[in-house]
Amino acid sequence: MEMPAPDATVIAKKPRLVARLLSVLPREAVIFEEAETRAYECDALTAYKCPPLCVVLPGSTEEVAAVLKICSDENVPVVPRGAGTSLAGGSLPTADSVILGVARLTEVLETDYDNRFIRVQTGRTNLSVTGAVEENGFFYAPDPSSQLACAIAGNIAMNSGGAHCLKYGVTTNNLMGVTMVMMDGTVMEVGGGHLDAAGYDLLGLICGSEGQMGIVTEATLRILPKPEGARPVLMAFDDSEVAGACVADIIKAGVLPVAIEFMDRLCIETSDQFANAGYPDCEALLIVEVEGSEAEIDEQLGVILQIARKHDPIELRESKSPEESAKIWLGRKSAFGAIGQIGDYMCLDGTIPVSELPFVLKRIGELSEQYGLQVGNVFHAGDGNMHPLIVFDANKPGDLELCEAMGADILRLCVEAGGCLTGEHGVGIEKRDLMVDQFTPEDLEIQMKVKDVFDPAWLLNPAKVFPLAASAARRAA
Amino acid sequence: MITPRTEAELSDAISGAKGPLRIIGGGTRPIGNPVTGEVLSTSALTGVEIYEPGALTLVVKAGTPLAEVEATLAAENQRLPFEPMDHRAVMGSQGEPTIGGVVAANVSGPRRIQAGACRDSLIGVRFVDGQGAVLKNGGRVMKNVTGYDLVKLMAGSYGTLGVLSEVSFKLLPGVATTAALVLKGLDVSRAVGAMSKALGSPYEVSGAAHDPEAERTTLRLEGFEASVRYRAEQLRTLLSEFGEAEIIDEGAVALWSDIRDVRDLAGEQGDLWRISVKPSDGPAVAAALPDARLRMDWGGGLVWALCAEGRDLRPALSEISGHATLLRAGHDTRAAIGAFPPEPAPVAAVSKGLREKFDPRGILNPGLMG
Repeated sequence: MEMPAPDATVIAKKPRLVARLLSVLPREAVIFEEAETRAYECDALTAYKCPPLCVVLPGSTEEVAAVLKICSDENVPVVPRGAGTSLAGGSLPTADSVILGVARLTEVLETDYDNRFIRVQTGRTNLSVTGAVEENGFFYAPDPSSQLACAIAGNIAMNSGGAHCLKYGVTTNNLMGVTMVMMDGTVMEVGGGHLDAAGYDLLGLICGSEGQMGIVTEATLRILPKPEGARPVLMAFDDSEVAGACVADIIKAGVLPVAIEFMDRLCIETSDQFANAGYPDCEALLIVEVEGSEAEIDEQLGVILQIARKHDPIELRESKSPEESAKIWLGRKSAFGAIGQIGDYMCLDGTIPVSELPFVLKRIGELSEQYGLQVGNVFHAGDGNMHPLIVFDANKPGDLELCEAMGADILRLCVEAGGCLTGEHGVGIEKRDLMVDQFTPEDLEIQMKVKDVFDPAWLLNPAKVFPLAASAARRAA
Repeated sequence: MITPRTEAELSDAISGAKGPLRIIGGGTRPIGNPVTGEVLSTSALTGVEIYEPGALTLVVKAGTPLAEVEATLAAENQRLPFEPMDHRAVMGSQGEPTIGGVVAANVSGPRRIQAGACRDSLIGVRFVDGQGAVLKNGGRVMKNVTGYDLVKLMAGSYGTLGVLSEVSFKLLPGVATTAALVLKGLDVSRAVGAMSKALGSPYEVSGAAHDPEAERTTLRLEGFEASVRYRAEQLRTLLSEFGEAEIIDEGAVALWSDIRDVRDLAGEQGDLWRISVKPSDGPAVAAALPDARLRMDWGGGLVWALCAEGRDLRPALSEISGHATLLRAGHDTRAAIGAFPPEPAPVAAVSKGLREKFDPRGILNPGLMG
């Protein structure tokens, strides 16, 4: 993955830039010693690393505005960073960039149960948002699998999803307002405790803009009352295609589970060994979870199990206790870690129409043979968001490149099947150059024009999302 | 009137336009500042492109009548999640509402509080910008973060950024059973308290409205029958401090259709405003507008206000965060007061910047949103 060559004139400015940043921030909020900036050289896409020029960790919206004004003034690119858990390289720096981290912005500013929202600073972690309201019976719905570590700022930048978005939606559906600082230091308030915008839906535009429109420092998030209960059921099939058909039939039947998760044989076996989940020996496994009171759960699971039986399952395992529920989820939640035990892996994130599941799974199998790399499939089947995990050996020369080429083929396959390159991880640098497979030059041009409105000099996270060739003229200007 | 029959014709009509265009779907939602220009209607761009019940997704051309969309979905026991209101009664308009018009005005109904707005179910758009370029964003899958989300931007942009040619939605299974719970005799403050309590419960309330004139508070439950019955009883117990709730089965669907379309205020003299605030500010809105006739939805967060013609309500509401749209008023009033609220300077600058990028000639519904 290519990154633009760093601008030597910017690097030469470092002493002056650092001095100016120190004039608006406390000493400990500016990191510029080379040994220390290394901690910020990559995010969760660890194959790519580059220490930034320096790192700033502002403690307020005002400090963020002051930093951006200076960087704007000095014409220095800024790379926003939440918790650094992006799998797409969303916060990968360049040598001539300033990393702006929100790690010190972690306060809860307001909890309002009557109006069902919480207002937080965006460096707060996803799980700790729920942590702040759960004693009162509420939760924050989006639950990306990195939720223990990932920051709300990053969730907003990438419009993160999770396992339960079939029912509750993704970040954009749970975001009510933001305070955002634009590159020129202008502070903008959008939305709040009320619903829907009066004018253009800027909130919808900002969410998922990968830190290219501004730095979101505060967010108003919708919180929901916790359901009375939830219960999963595990279904094992001897054929992936049959499992896929079962998913479509469940959806058609009029029940809406909160989650439908799919795992294939490689994932089942590795996570079973890794987490001792006690999964059956099968080709495909579904975990379907429903919510409500005990009686409501029984009724919904009754419908679901009846459908599943028509597809000749090897096993149907209904949870009878919280312990059994946890065990059913255990393997699924350990799947990524388990695959990590057998090698390095790349996690893809394409989405496909649910009806194309059997075809796409078959093609992925063929690509796996063609490239000679193992692939595990674990994904949110209810919404078609796939996470093929390609296993490779980072120490073997050429293996990463081979893996990337195969990943690109799989993502193109997702687009051909009527889907998209990324369902919840974002484009970052990882899928940047594949954007031309999903969008026409005109489709990309209008998106870049939107960035022009927010950041005319293209200083905010400039080398992300768009193919480098497409954004070159704007970045150079 | 220009009525393109294909996306290509739509593109030609816009690139070849010599002056401003007034964009309409079915013309049933005449919302916004007055616009003069040649009428361009999307009503001939019709038809369902892709409907996959097993994937809960629909792709449909923008001019397709809403009624046709809803009938297509109902045949598979599915629906649009956001329950779009029909503006005809309250706007005094005629014609056939189109699905593109629903999107252009981001039209949602009482279920907004539970299932989100139109923009939350919208997963893809195709549109033609002010220079005739045919563009797409989003797609036909539920989860998609590939590039910027222009889908949301197009929802509620009233044809000022582009003319929609095709829209895609995620859907929900149909509703098996609907019940309403009715509480009587509550003032606005107590009513909002009752609605907040209900909406903060785990009983999945899908509608919470209040009629301050009749002092009638109505909650809605939807789902499988046994579940609805169970939750209705639980809610009745939970809300006992607010009085004895009556549970209505027969006629609950029609009752909510009337609330959705604000039928109470249809055909009445005066200007109609639509105000969005925090639900707990609903009572403050009521107190600030003593002369207006009010209806509340979204747990108190959506206030419909019928007031004297020509009056600007915004100064009276200036202390309350949220926004007020002048939905129905005469030409001169809308031109003088502005249908949409004035925006803070940074937001106004971005809005203006977006318009200039999407429609550099300023020909698409110019001035409609300000």
